[in-house]
Amino acid sequence: MTLTQATSPDRLPGGDEEAFVTTNKTVWQRLLANPTAMASIVMLAILTLSAVLAPLLAPGNPLRVSPADRFIPPGAEHFFGTDNLGRDMFKMVLHGGRTSLFVGLVVTAISMSIAVVLGAISGFYRQVDVVLMRLVDGLMAFPGIVLATAAAGIMGPSMTTVITSLSIVLIAPSLRVVRGQVLVIRELQMIEAARAVGVPTLRLFTRYILPAVSSPILVQASFIFSAAVLGEAGLSFIGVGIGPKELSWGNALTEARNYIAQAPWIVLFPGLALMLTILALNLLGDSLRDILDPRLARRR
Amino acid sequence: MLRYLGKRFLLILPTIFVPLILVFLLLRLSPGDPAGMMLGDQATAEQIAALRTQLGLDQPIFVQFLLWLKGIVTLDLGNSIFFREPVMQIIPRYAGVTILLTLVALTLAVLIGVSMGLISAMNRNKPIDRGVVTTAVLGISLPEFWFALLLIFLFAVTLRWFPVAGYNPPSAGIVAFAATIFMPAMALGVRQSALMTRMMRSSMLDVLNEPYITTARAQGLPESTVIGRYAMRTAAMPVITVAGLSAGYMLGGAVTIEIIFALPGLGRMLVEAVGRRDYPLVEGGVLTISLVLAVLNLAIDLIYAILDPRIRYQ
Amino acid sequence: MTAHIAPLPADLVSPQTERPTVLAVEDLGLSLRNADGLLPIVTDVSFSIREGEAVALVGESGCGKSITASAIMGIAPDNAVITGTITLNGKVISGLSPRDRRRLCGRHMGFIFQEPMTALHPTLSIGRQMTDTLRHNLGLSHGAATDRAAELLGRVGIPRARDILKGYVHELSGGMRQRVMIALAISCGPSLIIADEPTTALDVTIQAQVLDLLDDMRRELNLAMLFITHDLEVVGDFCEKAVVMYAGDVVERGLSADVVRAPAHPYARGLIDAVPAHDDGRTRLTPILGTVPPVGQWPEGCRFAPRCSRADGQCGTRPSLERHGPTDARCWHPLETMP
Repeated sequence: MTLTQATSPDRLPGGDEEAFVTTNKTVWQRLLANPTAMASIVMLAILTLSAVLAPLLAPGNPLRVSPADRFIPPGAEHFFGTDNLGRDMFKMVLHGGRTSLFVGLVVTAISMSIAVVLGAISGFYRQVDVVLMRLVDGLMAFPGIVLATAAAGIMGPSMTTVITSLSIVLIAPSLRVVRGQVLVIRELQMIEAARAVGVPTLRLFTRYILPAVSSPILVQASFIFSAAVLGEAGLSFIGVGIGPKELSWGNALTEARNYIAQAPWIVLFPGLALMLTILALNLLGDSLRDILDPRLARRR
Repeated sequence: MLRYLGKRFLLILPTIFVPLILVFLLLRLSPGDPAGMMLGDQATAEQIAALRTQLGLDQPIFVQFLLWLKGIVTLDLGNSIFFREPVMQIIPRYAGVTILLTLVALTLAVLIGVSMGLISAMNRNKPIDRGVVTTAVLGISLPEFWFALLLIFLFAVTLRWFPVAGYNPPSAGIVAFAATIFMPAMALGVRQSALMTRMMRSSMLDVLNEPYITTARAQGLPESTVIGRYAMRTAAMPVITVAGLSAGYMLGGAVTIEIIFALPGLGRMLVEAVGRRDYPLVEGGVLTISLVLAVLNLAIDLIYAILDPRIRYQ
Repeated sequence: MTAHIAPLPADLVSPQTERPTVLAVEDLGLSLRNADGLLPIVTDVSFSIREGEAVALVGESGCGKSITASAIMGIAPDNAVITGTITLNGKVISGLSPRDRRRLCGRHMGFIFQEPMTALHPTLSIGRQMTDTLRHNLGLSHGAATDRAAELLGRVGIPRARDILKGYVHELSGGMRQRVMIALAISCGPSLIIADEPTTALDVTIQAQVLDLLDDMRRELNLAMLFITHDLEVVGDFCEKAVVMYAGDVVERGLSADVVRAPAHPYARGLIDAVPAHDDGRTRLTPILGTVPPVGQWPEGCRFAPRCSRADGQCGTRPSLERHGPTDARCWHPLETMP
């Protein structure tokens, strides 16, 4: 779609200055020019770096118990204080971020790839579409957490379980987005022309469809990422996520809630890290949508 | 109208059966034998085999599926393996809490969402609008279970207004009920109210650009009528859709919230039943949630049909 | 297109006849406030309409016709800054508060939109929309408002009015929708009707019927009518006076017969030449080259100069609206009146 809009005063929508903006900058340039997008990118960079560099920034085993150091409030010695087992919360938050971001990344990659393939098939083959869309309806209406809980509970808590169940649950919304976009794109003249001259379907997919759906996929990916991080934390929190031997923000909060009166900081910091991650991803998704699809910018 | 509702009903059937089939397969295909679990480590192979036969677990999976389908149709969901009583008797004990919790949370979310979204749209680009928009983004990023913990810290630990956890049914008195339902409902509703705020705002801004709003103004109708009747009538539609999705999400989110606040609801029952491999109870729970959702979605379709004559005549 | 040709009222021959002025617009300007400051959309628009008179506001899309109309109605966008004077029935209304302006809508001014499908509410019944207006503006009871609504629908030529009142806009045909729109606009007895391209969205055969209906209403109710159009034939057949707008400016103003027959401004000439000639042996069919400059990119001086074959150095300064022959034109080099 075109980014330039007619500037006829006869068609001025109620005081929309945006109508007058005509730009040809690249997505990246416009991301850099957008303060919200920049803020979210900086936040994500800090969170990612502190997770990746956790072994350097906070060396040592984050799960090491030290009964002598229980419930120390935040201070110079322990930035985020210590928990009921004397573990350093700063270490736990940094190392926990590794799990959360890793799960988020893998779930996003898996569910988006499957959604793109299924969405393209669904958009091009009517019979498949009917069946797939009923399945998606069923999956979308039903609370994903319950399904993921059931799956995780049955398969036993582990990283693989969390990734598998969250990936399955998060395919449905992305599939719907991709399919909708493919349906629009297949009607475009260039696609019709390519089909008419006999471009093979696979080539059609990689050369025409994929580039055309990349914008909505990018937007959707940031929202799926945030849903996956939230999902992992939720599942781990109720004990059906990654195992109790592993560390994640959700896990860290499970026990913390029993000590909320004595040591509120052990509830505060893992949750804050979680919220900031989700916030940054949501803001990034919002600004990407504003930038890539001005038509939808005001929606939601 | 009836034809429309009939069509909607057919479309809702997959939303009942897809999750059920998924859960059925998951339970049957996953490792972990309920018979072995029930009898414990000391059980002999013969004892386990006998119980498996009794529960129908030795049948081929396809036969099990048909038996289970028959059970649903005849409203015989079998006996809970753990509680050893009919699932149909256990579920109502838990379902009420979850449905009440969801309804209270949904009401809170709709009230907050619609009013905030409206205030925001009416004051577009003014400080109050920016404030609401920022709060909504924060609200959407707020994990329910963490927010629940913050609520407990503020209202139960610090202010001591409400008990930390526990549940009083409405029959115990409205004040006692409210004291135990307020925090769970807030925790469950906050993200959804933020979503609805955004939806209400953008939907209202869209509608305010519609020519029929200009017509209403050009006819001299006061702004309160223009917004309250002419704009709200159409702007509410997407919000109603979101409310339906939110209700589904809340029924699921209730799992975590019920565990935190020790509410005897379906979600907690499900997690425990999953852990015990209590197949019939898990299936019963999932079926209940599906049915509640189906009824809710039909109700939303009905509201849609009442509000939009174009749908009625389709 | 063959619109019904209204017999010219006698007073057109001698325009001095004292019919009271309903609407007078003087030096109307409208700018939109945005992040960069004020963006002028319309400048120095002046014209007046008397009782029973139809005035055409002509120009290509993007000339500022519709926003001029919205400024008169008091329904311009929130970020609009309006200057100049608008007088309705002898009272200056341009300084009134938005609330007081709203009170004039419906009761004193009615508005007819281009696209009745979107201008009528999609999910409120026709009757509800009409009775809301009637009850609010005239203080009628529900029953009285319904009776009046049915009577109005009958008056604009809609059969089975009582049934239509229960119906919704999507159930009606295009012509019927516009009739409902007209009934709504005249429902509270306004003295001024503003019609914004009321026939553009309709089938050609229906256009003539709707034009006839508007013309009948104007004469029966002695309405002053501002008729926004880009169709010069409608101007000649239907309106007594014409105001030609270009890039937010009035470039020519006069009796429509004069404007159509002997325009002084090259833009008006161009508009007329762009219409295929059909009766007087004119053979030129010359499209105006180029496009209307977008808002914010108006040239200094005469805004038509870049597209004008007669432009020279003098056109770098802005001409004023002055009498040239029978009409007023904003031009340094007006065309000679054709013999």
